[in-house]
Amino acid sequence: MTVAPTLTASVLGALAEVYDPELDEPITTLGFVSACEVSPDGDVEVALRLPTPQCAPNFAFLMAADARRVLHEVPEVRRITVTLEDHYTGEEINAAIGRGDGFAGAFPGETAQDDDLVALRELFLRKALVGRQSRICEALLRRGLDADEVAARRVRDLPDTRDAERCLALRRLLGLPHAPDSPAFLLPDGEPLPAGELKRWLRTARLVRMSLEVNGGICRSLLQRRHGVAIDDPEEVLT
Amino acid sequence: MYEKNGEKYFVVDSHLHFWDASPANWVPGQEQYAKGWIECFHAYMGLGPADTHWSLEKFYKETEEGFVKDVFEEGHVDFGIFQSTYLKSWYTDGFNTAERNATMVEKYPDKLRVNGRFDPREGEAGLKQLEEDAKRYNLKGVKVYTAEWYNGSRGWKLTDPEAQMFLDKCKELGIKNIHAHKGPTIWPLDKDAFDVKDIDVAATMNPELNFIVEHVGLPRIEDFCFMATQEPNVYAGLAVVIGGLMHARPRFFNKVMGELLFWVGEDKMLFSSDYAIWEPRWQVEGFIDWQLPDTEEYADYPHPTTDTKKKIMGLNAAKLYDIEVPAELQLQNGGTPAAKEDAQLVESA
Repeated sequence: MTVAPTLTASVLGALAEVYDPELDEPITTLGFVSACEVSPDGDVEVALRLPTPQCAPNFAFLMAADARRVLHEVPEVRRITVTLEDHYTGEEINAAIGRGDGFAGAFPGETAQDDDLVALRELFLRKALVGRQSRICEALLRRGLDADEVAARRVRDLPDTRDAERCLALRRLLGLPHAPDSPAFLLPDGEPLPAGELKRWLRTARLVRMSLEVNGGICRSLLQRRHGVAIDDPEEVLT
Repeated sequence: MYEKNGEKYFVVDSHLHFWDASPANWVPGQEQYAKGWIECFHAYMGLGPADTHWSLEKFYKETEEGFVKDVFEEGHVDFGIFQSTYLKSWYTDGFNTAERNATMVEKYPDKLRVNGRFDPREGEAGLKQLEEDAKRYNLKGVKVYTAEWYNGSRGWKLTDPEAQMFLDKCKELGIKNIHAHKGPTIWPLDKDAFDVKDIDVAATMNPELNFIVEHVGLPRIEDFCFMATQEPNVYAGLAVVIGGLMHARPRFFNKVMGELLFWVGEDKMLFSSDYAIWEPRWQVEGFIDWQLPDTEEYADYPHPTTDTKKKIMGLNAAKLYDIEVPAELQLQNGGTPAAKEDAQLVESA
């Protein structure tokens, strides 16, 4: 009996929804999924491999835990094994993920409560939103819109791009307004981006975006060097 | 000294290592970590040009002969500063300790100096050790790893009251350069070890000290820039920026340098090769040749001049470390390297 191709596709599709929290890119396009085996019975074994064995354990844990969580939501999937490979805290993290424990469970007595990790994740969701909004804004300005026109845009006016789609996903995750008639661009506190602030905001937003992109670039370069894998390498995320 | 197109550059490399990561120095039982660490550094070397890559075997342990050739003879470096890294839980004699680095300083005292370290959690004993080290190595700088795990503590902050005692001791001992390493660390686990906020406060509270943030706070370069633009005594160490991006990711290099020139300014940036992760030669030569393209994409950024490069390559660091610069290598058109007020204000955007 062979594995239904649709199940493998569903599994890979689910993993594509797992984002590196620091980079706001799917672990699949970053090349972090090094193996994905689906058995005829629906047992799934996924291996994750990060650019270096010293990559921050907190973010490594979040990606492994998220992978397990999204696979649980695929109906035909039965047993799930997620393994973090080649990482200096891999043993602890893999055991905790297998038990369904939180991060504090992986390192008993060595970390604060898991709430800290929730706050850290949220901080990066906000950075990601800033970065992606700035790309959309700059594209509008290049098309000749002025600051007032950009600030007047609503969610329903957003272009049909990955950035726009991800912005709305981030707004949902952050509990920020995302209805079609809500403002297209928000400040980190959820208030609409005022036209008068646009230029100044873009100056800082561009820096945030550059940071995310450069870190992604360094991660890809290291993964290529260490494992010789050819990775989808856009140099810069698509606009 | 490096000369190109009739311009002469005084080169100070503010981040050097003289490490021993060879298998003989691996702590029994910790081999996989010791091996993993040096292999990771070796992967970073791979981001430089192919003809500068070493075999892993060569990379394990630096030699005096290799150092002299790569740094002084071929690397154009006039003066170098060692930043020490201990990692004694993985390497029996340490990875790159002040003691080990000092063996090179003893041999080349006119061209090298070593920075010390402190950890405020070591209390009185730590203060005493700092005094001894300051005397022994004639310290003008220290490197601090705020995220290190120690006796059940998950790292420390430069704003801790104990840390202030050590900063006061630094002033008393004539140590004026505090290099903060906020990069990848072994421990702790939970919080964001890269957070640079404490440097902001410490820099304000201690205006007589200079705070050099290694590898420009990567991967938190944006937080570093927002902070550095407000603090006249915060500097950017360019390790990893030149070595990791200039060759491997030239467009990102342009953008990072453009942002740094805008937010931090040319008086606040220090060349750092991170040798032996990368050899200085290609970094020095490539940086002097580098230009920010004259395209729309970069129109908003300050464009580097010859003086910009002279400052970044060596004159800024020479000022912070009181290194004598021959007259012909100083800025010929006036101007003061490492000037504290040169960073552009955000409002000028």
